[in-house]
Amino acid sequence: MKVGMSNSSVDLKLDHEIHKIVRIQQLQDFCFHKLTLIFALTVLVTLAGIIASLFINAWPSLHEFGLGFFFHEEWDIVKGDFGGLIAIFGTVVTATIALLIAVPLSFGISVFLTEVCPIWLRKPLGVAIELLAAVPSIIYGMFGLFVFAPLFAKYIQPALHGTLGQIPGLGILFSGAMNGIGILCAGLILAVMILPFITSVMRDVFEIVPPVLKESAYGIGCTTWEVVNHIVLPYTKTGVVGGIMLGLGRALGETMAVTFVIGNSQKLSASLFAPGTSIASTLANEFGEAEPGLHFSSLFALGLALFIITFIVLGIAKWMLANVEKKQGVRS
Amino acid sequence: MDAKIYQARLRANTIGMVLSMIAMTIGMIALFWILSILLFKGLNSINIQMFMDSTPGPGSEGGGLANAIFGSLMMVIFCTLISTPIGILAGIYLSEYGDKSLLAKVTRFVTDIMLSAPSIVIGLFVYTIVVAQVRHFSGWAGTIALALIAIPVVLRTTENMLRLVPSTLREAAFALGTPKWKVSLVVVLRAAKSGVMTGLLLAIARISGETAPLLFTALNNQFFSTDMNRPMANLPVVIYQFAMSPYENWNNLAWGGALLITFAVLGLNILARVFFREKK
Repeated sequence: MKVGMSNSSVDLKLDHEIHKIVRIQQLQDFCFHKLTLIFALTVLVTLAGIIASLFINAWPSLHEFGLGFFFHEEWDIVKGDFGGLIAIFGTVVTATIALLIAVPLSFGISVFLTEVCPIWLRKPLGVAIELLAAVPSIIYGMFGLFVFAPLFAKYIQPALHGTLGQIPGLGILFSGAMNGIGILCAGLILAVMILPFITSVMRDVFEIVPPVLKESAYGIGCTTWEVVNHIVLPYTKTGVVGGIMLGLGRALGETMAVTFVIGNSQKLSASLFAPGTSIASTLANEFGEAEPGLHFSSLFALGLALFIITFIVLGIAKWMLANVEKKQGVRS
Repeated sequence: MDAKIYQARLRANTIGMVLSMIAMTIGMIALFWILSILLFKGLNSINIQMFMDSTPGPGSEGGGLANAIFGSLMMVIFCTLISTPIGILAGIYLSEYGDKSLLAKVTRFVTDIMLSAPSIVIGLFVYTIVVAQVRHFSGWAGTIALALIAIPVVLRTTENMLRLVPSTLREAAFALGTPKWKVSLVVVLRAAKSGVMTGLLLAIARISGETAPLLFTALNNQFFSTDMNRPMANLPVVIYQFAMSPYENWNNLAWGGALLITFAVLGLNILARVFFREKK
């Protein structure tokens, strides 16, 4: 290295090179930033698009029938008289039945996996339950139609009719033809479908309970059941409800499993054994052949209703689960 | 008196524990029942013919599922090609750039909701913007519908995995003068590689089994076709049609196809979990 070689032209050239590189990098950074931003916006754009397109296509029907559409009981394609009540009723009732069955089962499974199960068995059993979530919904539909419904008609429906069906008042729910398929069957299949989702949320939430709390309870002599009831549940209340809402959101939107076993009849009936229809299965069955006009836009109105209801339910679920995460100080 | 209370508490505990074990057993029974029925009814439909012949017409004998399998593979592959870059880059935005901003918070909220949104509504949406515009069903419409379902999954898992990467890694890269885009893409993403792969596999598993979004977009095709611009045969819709039909060979093919899909999906799920565990 030659002493005194402070050659200013070399320095300037180096500076120039460095500046060029930095400017290219800044441009690259800018482009990358904007690229990722655009892609991140796709989700929001999709959401806005869905709501907009549903609304625009549903408008003729909403304009014709007004908001009373959702309380109107008719669905007459020939006469052009449409109402969403039957489909909404089916959707809500099947989802409710599914929740009534799935929530206690999920609770039992979560308690088992977090408190009772030996440690070495926890992972395999946990994975097994999550595999239930992975099974495509059409499989549940086929299982329901070909395997479960016949068994249901042969053994369970007569049993229900013989016991609960004899109670005056309540008995109406279990009356009528026992074909297997119907609202009750659809509710049961849905229950098995949403079971793994509720279970996984409950498990996550149960595991967040600080061990100190549980061990203090065990230390003063509480039984496992008392710990679950008095320590774990109150602590995870919000999370548990959030998980239930998540299951509800899924149950409301489920198409294939319900379409196979609900019977697809546009009639309102008091009996749980009777066939009915849900919003999603009405769409699946009738959209393919709907002609542009009132039928077409009534289907879109149903789709809009379903999307908005599901959005609200899932939004509440997400909000509740976010509150649980906040309690942990975990970045949400 | 104390003894009686204690006995009652013990009894309540035993009942509770037994009930939870019964619940677990019911869950396991459900899983094994479904899987064994699939094996039982579908296994004898799985033969070379299923992969060679196209779907039979109504009433005709034999046939296979070749066109449906091919169509499903095509749509899944294209969907993955579309949703992977979009999902990963969007996840990079949420994790590296947006983070606390309002846009990021809203996007996370909406993504989580779209994860569980009814897939038939997505099908309706793609029908409106694609099929109704060009006036015919197509494999591309089906691909777009599947991508709209897959992107939230990839986005969410990518963001979560990227957040797990310690910030010291980023800071070290910055200290060496790496531009931010390179840090995100080459350093952080590579560190979270296995987690992101898991997310991709789970997304693929999810869309392979989806039927409802394909009902009004890709529709179905009775013949073997490689034209993505026309209705495309696909496994879930074929299973749906064949299962609900009165023909026995159609029902058998439906069970065979169901077995195929289920074990492919379960295989992907298990692969994703094993893959993730290995890298730890």
